[in-house]
Amino acid sequence: MKQRLMMLSMAVAMLASAPLQAAEDRLMLTGSSTIAPLAQEIGKRFEKLNPGVRVDVQTGGSSRGVNDARMKVADIGMASRALKPKEADLTPYTIAKDGISIILHKSNPVAALSNEQIIAIYTGRIRNWREVGGRDKPITVVNKAEGRSTLELFLRHFGLKNSQVKAQTVIGDNQQGIKTVAGNPGAIGYVSIGTAEYEASHGVPIRLLPMAGVTATTDHVRDGSFPLSRPLNFVVKGEPGDLARRFIDFARSPKVNDIIKAQYFVPLGR
Amino acid sequence: MILSKRNTLFRWGADRQLQPLLAALALATAAMLLLIVTFLLLEAWPVVANGRWRDFFTDESWYPLEGQFGLLPMLWGSIAIMVGAMILAAPLGLAAAIFASFYASGFVLRVYQMLMALLAGMPSVVLGLWGLMVLVPLLAAWQPPGASLLAAMLVLSLMILPTVALASASALASVPKPLMAGAAALGMCRKSQIMKVAIPVARHGIWSAMLLAVARALGETMVVLMVAGNVVQYPHGLFEPVRALTANIALEMGYAMEDHRAGLFASGLMLTSIVLLLAWLAGMTAKRELHHV
Amino acid sequence: MSDRLFEAIIYFCTATVVGLLLWIIGDLAYQGLAHLSFDFLFSEPENAGRDGGIGPILVSTLMILGVTFLTALPVGVAVAVWLAEFTRRGSIAGNWVRLSLDVMAGVPSIVYGLFGNAFFCLYLGMGFSILSGGLTLALMILPVLIRTCEAGVSSVSDAWRHGAQALGMSRSSAIWHILLPAASPAIAAGLILGIGRASAETAALIFTSGYVDRMPESLMDSGRTLSVHIYDLSMNVTGGDATAHASALVLLALILILTMLAQSFSGRWLQGRLNV
Repeated sequence: MKQRLMMLSMAVAMLASAPLQAAEDRLMLTGSSTIAPLAQEIGKRFEKLNPGVRVDVQTGGSSRGVNDARMKVADIGMASRALKPKEADLTPYTIAKDGISIILHKSNPVAALSNEQIIAIYTGRIRNWREVGGRDKPITVVNKAEGRSTLELFLRHFGLKNSQVKAQTVIGDNQQGIKTVAGNPGAIGYVSIGTAEYEASHGVPIRLLPMAGVTATTDHVRDGSFPLSRPLNFVVKGEPGDLARRFIDFARSPKVNDIIKAQYFVPLGR
Repeated sequence: MILSKRNTLFRWGADRQLQPLLAALALATAAMLLLIVTFLLLEAWPVVANGRWRDFFTDESWYPLEGQFGLLPMLWGSIAIMVGAMILAAPLGLAAAIFASFYASGFVLRVYQMLMALLAGMPSVVLGLWGLMVLVPLLAAWQPPGASLLAAMLVLSLMILPTVALASASALASVPKPLMAGAAALGMCRKSQIMKVAIPVARHGIWSAMLLAVARALGETMVVLMVAGNVVQYPHGLFEPVRALTANIALEMGYAMEDHRAGLFASGLMLTSIVLLLAWLAGMTAKRELHHV
Repeated sequence: MSDRLFEAIIYFCTATVVGLLLWIIGDLAYQGLAHLSFDFLFSEPENAGRDGGIGPILVSTLMILGVTFLTALPVGVAVAVWLAEFTRRGSIAGNWVRLSLDVMAGVPSIVYGLFGNAFFCLYLGMGFSILSGGLTLALMILPVLIRTCEAGVSSVSDAWRHGAQALGMSRSSAIWHILLPAASPAIAAGLILGIGRASAETAALIFTSGYVDRMPESLMDSGRTLSVHIYDLSMNVTGGDATAHASALVLLALILILTMLAQSFSGRWLQGRLNV
């Protein structure tokens, strides 16, 4: 028994005492879960091109990314929004853009909505689709949770405050929004364009609504003609270290455009 | 092990070391709760210190970016979801436990146990996804918007059912066999054996199973996030959306700064106090009857 | 007559529960079975998890579960024994411990995650690691484990205890050789509930063992579990649904295997020593 205990504790000790890696070889990113899959794939390609380097990506939300970058707990923070005035002590490096589109259920005959109609729907003044030329169905308004940059962009674009919005469902992530609208013929919501494009082309019953006459496509976000988009940022406090600098440059180079497109974001127009 | 085996009859030294060791472990475990509460307090301190915490009870609704921190609608949302889930899960779970303990045997019993273990291990995100993609559209076709109090109750009851079923079955299995044999010898029909003998004897364990389920229901995050609708309002209808305190923390924590973040931690503290109150009440009302026979 | 009615109600309730479960599993299988393959289990994830497999993630999951149970089982059984054997009925310490455990059972998983991050990752300096994740999970399953084991141990008939004392056995050997084996079904039930809760946990692990999907090389490496992977694929990554369902099937299979192990552990190792 004693022998078995000793063997067990030796095994545990061996497992636990991993050779500590030099600080320069490791890069830690934390923050937005929207950017996390993208950052991880870029990290994997970076690791292949630079053997011996490890890029670790953790999530926790944009504000965590900003806080961790500020406290130097992480080398780079990931924030899926522009920096606020209070965060002027940090430097953002945009690596991609993400457009926001309004989506309807595929079976909804309404082809376009004017800005006034959208505002009226979201503030609860218009409650039935037949008032905007659709079928006789109550409108299910889908809004995003507070603090999210998608929500803030949406509110700012339409000049609304969140307390004015009368929603029937509030969602967190894009996928939740898509699944909610896909399951309810009377729903209207807004999500990332790339995600919506992908799902729509793969048989999910949603449709993207054009905004101010411009159709919602990732190309239109890239050339700037589509009005609603947000930057995906790597944020650093002060000067980035050598490895961090190389990684940020790599992430902003055209070499990773295919990865960005594979995640259904919009590469910077270069 | 070898030590105690050889010295079964004469070694009492082990006993002298055992009790303090066990007591220390138990108190350390309980101390972890204190650590957790301290952590919550530390993080919530900004809103507690500047007196904003009163806003939790006086503000109309929850719009933290506009300075509104009213928690009461979400508190009632959490409670409503929990009560509804318990109304469904408690009888169903107990019935399943009775089935496993008294009506099933052999192959059927093993299949049931596997299935129950599977349900116990079902990740909340999988159950939530099923709710979002299957149940909510069904409800939406009946009564929009679909993601509502009812949806949350239904899916959450599935989530806590294994706790009720497995813990109750365990309590029922601990009923001493001589008692059941005696009841059978008296000619009692099966229903009476169960309702009049087994359940009263296992009362303590079943009660504790229910309490665990209530705690789990109040603490569940992912499932209610996906199917409850998440609109901050007092629960006023089965088909209306509600937001639970836990879902609120999960939804906004990643994007909250300063006061907003502290407010979220304070809501976590409030939730823990509710569970404390419930557990204390349950402890007071449950009579401590004989464990041993 | 009412006996038959009662029996019918019991069967009906159980059938409802089982039916719902089969519906859910059927849905999962329908969506995910096509994606499952031998390669899937052993290869690395690619393209944000949409291609490739879940090999490293399985390893991380097993390592985290290992840490959880190696920590929680001894502590849990020890505290359960203390509560059942060494506390008087109304003792303050015993009541306080029980109350704390019940409250801990109700703390939201995201709070455990944030606490685990602050305590294990930052304060104790373990960083995002399998060790942090495993210890946080151990904290989460302790309440359920202890309460279930306590109920089992305290329901062992006093005749056994008196017999042991009459034989002159010390308290500790009576517990080890007699009481624990006799309470093994309850310990197994507690284990199964614990396995279920631990494998299903997502929010707590995102903040402690992390998001990295690389093959872990030690306990101090970050590694994501199957449930975190499923969450990421279904809620975060575009087009990850099929792989999410396949991973969910693998997770269910893992739970089945672990449950069978737990039952055989309590069956053979504990109970076998009783020869009853």
